[in-house]
Amino acid sequence: MRISFWNRPEPGWQVSGLRAALIWGGLIAAVLVTCWYALSSPLLQWRDPIYILAGFAGVVGMVLLLLQPLLVGGLLPGLEALRGRRAHQVIGLALVLSVLVHVIGLWMTSPPDVIDALLFVSPTPFSDWGVIAMWAVFGAAVLAILRRRMGSRLRLWRIAHTGLAVVIVIGTVLHAVQIQGTMETVSKWVLAALIVMALGRVVAARRVWALLSASKSR
Amino acid sequence: MNIRSLTRRGMMAGGTAALGLLGSGLIVPARAKGVAPTPSMRGGSNNYRPGAPIVERIGGGGFWMTGSVRRAGDGAPLAGQRIQIWAHTTEGHERDWHSHGATLTDANGEFRLEMPQIVPAFGQPHGHLAYDSGEFKTVFLRPIMANAGDTSLSAHFVLEPA
Repeated sequence: MRISFWNRPEPGWQVSGLRAALIWGGLIAAVLVTCWYALSSPLLQWRDPIYILAGFAGVVGMVLLLLQPLLVGGLLPGLEALRGRRAHQVIGLALVLSVLVHVIGLWMTSPPDVIDALLFVSPTPFSDWGVIAMWAVFGAAVLAILRRRMGSRLRLWRIAHTGLAVVIVIGTVLHAVQIQGTMETVSKWVLAALIVMALGRVVAARRVWALLSASKSR
Repeated sequence: MNIRSLTRRGMMAGGTAALGLLGSGLIVPARAKGVAPTPSMRGGSNNYRPGAPIVERIGGGGFWMTGSVRRAGDGAPLAGQRIQIWAHTTEGHERDWHSHGATLTDANGEFRLEMPQIVPAFGQPHGHLAYDSGEFKTVFLRPIMANAGDTSLSAHFVLEPA
């Protein structure tokens, strides 16, 4: 069978220089194109700096979300195994910070709109998804901090952390694609698709659902 | 696939839908209960500033907010009603005082106020309108533009006595 992105063995695989360059080149291109379009949006000329920062923090958070499964799954050449996991922790912290800047910046721009969103009474459906994803990000981060204290219950930990990751990705994608904002439509949909594919790839490779039945039978 | 039959099917569907719309439009005002009052929309009162002054136009203009004010029940047009309008535009945020203004309805219960171009903010290109003069119950509306490039937006009030 031909070894491809979708079926190659997890650990100990050999990556060619060309392959590594393609993976990193594609990732960097996706990130730069997304950010470039968002930073050159015509809407920015009618927004004050705090609103611009808040909106871009959301774009940064979405970009970081693409890195998370790739890092923890060891899919980025040069950042496999432990290094990938370390980077996953650092990016996770950056993701929490970007969510905080996003929400606090929007709050400063228009307090009633953010209060409506947090209370799930916003007129815009994407707000609910954003708030759901926000709480899932916080939950996943708290779990990450508590990981060592969970001792022998690492199976439960992984199910919970992965479950929250799925909520984060679904929530973020449904949040972002419905917004008429600074992100350009095609690059936004491409980024959303890449995030869903990256998460799906890692969840499938790790057979997280198998842990579910295993933990039930215990 | 036969293109001609597809077209006919499309026309039949479109015609039926149009007839249905016409029918419902004709039937609604004829109901015994009459014209129902407009409920406030979610988020309609966000960044509301009570007492915005009546103005010739808000800022430099170029965009038209239009609409009507009628009485619940008989649907009679209400003249001289004060409607407040605000939005995120090319000239300012919703919370900015200079983004707010008010106008009065004419003898036909219609209003029309020029304002700067509305631009998408908080995810949607939308405006805010308020009736808050006290004679009728307060209503806040938050209409959304079909396209961010639209240069007008309308909203309609049906008010019930306070």
